[in-house]
Amino acid sequence: MSKTITIDGLAVPFQEGQTIMDAALVSGVYIPHLCHNPEFKPHGSCKLCTVNVNGRNVASCTMPAVEGQQVLSDIAELNADRLALTQMLFVEGNHLCPACEKTGNCQLQAVAYYLGMMSPHYNHFYPQREADASHPDVMLDRNRCIYCELCVRASREVDGKNVFGLSGRGIKTLLVVNSASGLLGDTDLAVTDKAAHVCPTGAILIKRHGYAVPIGQRVFDHITIKEVQTGGSDE
Amino acid sequence: MQQFEFSDISRILTPILARHGGDASRLLQVLLEVQDVCHFIPSKAIDLIAAHFGVPRVNVEGVVGFYSFLSTHPVGEYRLLFSGNITDQMLGKDELMQYLCNKLWVEPGKVSEDGLVSIASTSCTGMCDQGPAALINGWPLTKLDHNRLDLIAELIRSRKPVADWPAMLFEVADNIHRGDVLLGQPSEPGAAIRATLARGAKETLAEVDKSNLRGRGGAGFKTASKWSFCHAAIAEEEGGIICDVGGHPERFIVCNADEGEPGTFKDRVLLNSYADLVFEGMTVGARVVGASKGFLYLRGEYRYLLQQLEAVLKRRREAGLLGENILGQTDFSFDIEIHLGAGAYICGEESALIESLEGKRGRPRNRPPFPVTYGYKGRPTVVDNVETFACAAKIAEKGGAWFAAIGTAQSTGTKLISVSGDVARPGIYEYPFGVTVSQILDDCGAEGRSYAVQVSGPSGTTISWKEFERKIAFEDLPTAGALMVFRRKRDLFQAAQNFADFFAHESCGFCTPCRVGTELQKKIMSKIASGYGTASDLEELKRLGHILKTMSHCGLGSSAANPVLDILEKFPDMVESKLKAFAFKPAFDLDGALATARTITGRDDDWAHL
Ligand SMILES: Cc1cc2nc3c(=O)[nH]c(=O)nc-3n(C[C@H](O)[C@H](O)[C@H](O)COP(=O)(O)O)c2cc1C
Ligand code: SF4
Ligand code: SF4
Ligand code: FES
Ligand code: FES
Repeated sequence: MSKTITIDGLAVPFQEGQTIMDAALVSGVYIPHLCHNPEFKPHGSCKLCTVNVNGRNVASCTMPAVEGQQVLSDIAELNADRLALTQMLFVEGNHLCPACEKTGNCQLQAVAYYLGMMSPHYNHFYPQREADASHPDVMLDRNRCIYCELCVRASREVDGKNVFGLSGRGIKTLLVVNSASGLLGDTDLAVTDKAAHVCPTGAILIKRHGYAVPIGQRVFDHITIKEVQTGGSDE
Repeated sequence: MQQFEFSDISRILTPILARHGGDASRLLQVLLEVQDVCHFIPSKAIDLIAAHFGVPRVNVEGVVGFYSFLSTHPVGEYRLLFSGNITDQMLGKDELMQYLCNKLWVEPGKVSEDGLVSIASTSCTGMCDQGPAALINGWPLTKLDHNRLDLIAELIRSRKPVADWPAMLFEVADNIHRGDVLLGQPSEPGAAIRATLARGAKETLAEVDKSNLRGRGGAGFKTASKWSFCHAAIAEEEGGIICDVGGHPERFIVCNADEGEPGTFKDRVLLNSYADLVFEGMTVGARVVGASKGFLYLRGEYRYLLQQLEAVLKRRREAGLLGENILGQTDFSFDIEIHLGAGAYICGEESALIESLEGKRGRPRNRPPFPVTYGYKGRPTVVDNVETFACAAKIAEKGGAWFAAIGTAQSTGTKLISVSGDVARPGIYEYPFGVTVSQILDDCGAEGRSYAVQVSGPSGTTISWKEFERKIAFEDLPTAGALMVFRRKRDLFQAAQNFADFFAHESCGFCTPCRVGTELQKKIMSKIASGYGTASDLEELKRLGHILKTMSHCGLGSSAANPVLDILEKFPDMVESKLKAFAFKPAFDLDGALATARTITGRDDDWAHL
């Protein structure tokens, strides 16, 4: 016997132990998200997936589904707030999409398209962040990091290594790697590691694959992130 | 600057690591000691510590980077941190700090060239009743003025060890001006435990329930419910009975002495002069939920209390009030360990506190599960405020009905209020709940006519003089205990800006709305303060406030806009008078863009500005 919640009026079944996001994804309901990746334990940091449950905002990727929950997600107010969060992610880093190898394949960019972002709105912070080309096969560009910790989780949980971690605090949060030199090349990261392939943005890139797929033929050049992440079609 | 060879570092580390053992929950405690000796955490020390605890180096680096009192680069051998609360600022902190910097030839936030001294600001050190205050290598300095700073500069120049500085500089007074049932009626150590043992654990829980005690840390959650949830978690796991005494090894009692909310210093006084009462309350709690281990999470700023608190614990062990077989009861063992924080307001949030207790970055957890079911090391854990435990001890001793008769129906008992700002007698005032703000203002000798009061610190509420008849109570003005008073003509915008800076500095950085939102809020407030604000910035602040309140991961983010929204609503004139007369918003500050050029050329004349 399956239980149900409703999302924007639609009945969505779920199983005990699933989160609202899990239930939504299974049913092909898209809730914008960046730090969530169904292959990993929920994290809850980007807050893009915030929904309203019985009058209260919660992160759908971490909130367990409970019988009878009335969830509001695709509503103007929440989409406006999600847009603001996306703009915040853009201005706190240095995202020069036209010059970025990830363009067209980038989830941050794709969510921005989806939410109708036309400008960064806030003044750019222009932080000084370091890029690291020391690894033979993998490039790390902190300018594009959104602190989703997917690389941290993948390295720890899948690869059984601990190549990545966060240091600093607040706006000075910083992605660090597991070596005394602070260089990626001095860690035990292998190009075959899961951690090298989970970054939703262009912060971690595989070397020598640049522009293998030309701009214009990339994932989000043709279909929306909603279609890609729910496996459905955008009506 | 001191250089450390590898052999030095391992020589320094070996005894420290040996003393702390191999459990990774000791990581933060070890780092604090290393910082003390080396004035930073050398990279090689990170390697050795990581190897010792068997944790990845990257995790140790993450912890070092999180806490304000730890650093990866050397700070001065003498590290002076001025308390940056608005009350310190109103007492002249900015000017005093500059004065000392000039005397010692050092720039604020930098280390002197010889590595001797560094001077910077830190978040409120909890000495608002005797500010301006600072910390010198972790030790509190109070009542700073030019004379004291002259002396301090002299002591530093002559390299006198801080331990040999005149005691007068470090005097911390309790400043209790009004006592009631907690502060005014002494309890015999052991009285509450005896009463609990005589009455029974389950019956004591019933008394705490009857007292209607609500948490004093701010949220006002009913204490008896929390304690029984912790129970229920155990009972569920074991199919056991509620209140099964017998000291199950794996449930925990944690006393939250992080007291990071600017303007709050009542826990400092409780721990200084009423520590027995607090430990007694923890022991009662332990008996009720069946815990055998407790922690006192003591904020780093209160490290000066550590030794005397350890002495109290020792005395209590000797008196049979702590340790094995408490008061001869063979099924009752409970002990308390003190754990230091290292400069992070977020670690007062209970789940971040637990992370920190485990030796990690203080990042609030996802909830559910809550600490009562999944807390320290994944075990059921009760986290309560210092004052809550003190109240619980009194209730165990005197009964729930006695306590419930004090205060109001929804807010029983008394509340300790830390009063600071523009008043004649700053300090601690204990009142039954329901007392009006105007009563407190009368009692503490608020100067002239007060204009505004910040209740419960930056995360609380700003009230204007029109609201002074409001009551301190969960149903009206809930408070964790801070009350900062502003007289007429005070620049309330400066206060709101100070608070906005505080939140940006203390955001843990985990979630987007708080990490970026608090920084945006800080930037806009600073833009307005420097005369570049326009009407659209006010709209932006309100919009940010909405996002912070509704999207944040924890209470820090969701309350970070409170002081800004309050001043916009209650004192719009104070903000509007700072705005530029015209309504358009310069997208780019040309003059600001020349700042780097001015620094490089060392010019600041009229021609170097647009
Ligand atoms: C950012 C933040 C900081 C907090 N700081 C403290 C603190 O310093 N002391 C405290 O007792 N509670 C603090 N709290 C509240 C705790 O999370 C928790 O509610 C409290 O310790 C529970 O104890 P109580 O029920 O006795 O009040 C803080 C909460 C937040 C969100
Ligand atoms: S990471 Fe994505 S959003 Fe950032 S610059 Fe690259 S394409 Fe643009
Ligand atoms: S590098 Fe990529 S995967 Fe790792 S935290 Fe940053 S954005 Fe996330
Ligand atoms: S997807 Fe839920 S918080 Fe990021
Ligand atoms: S909870 Fe720490 S930044 Fe939001």
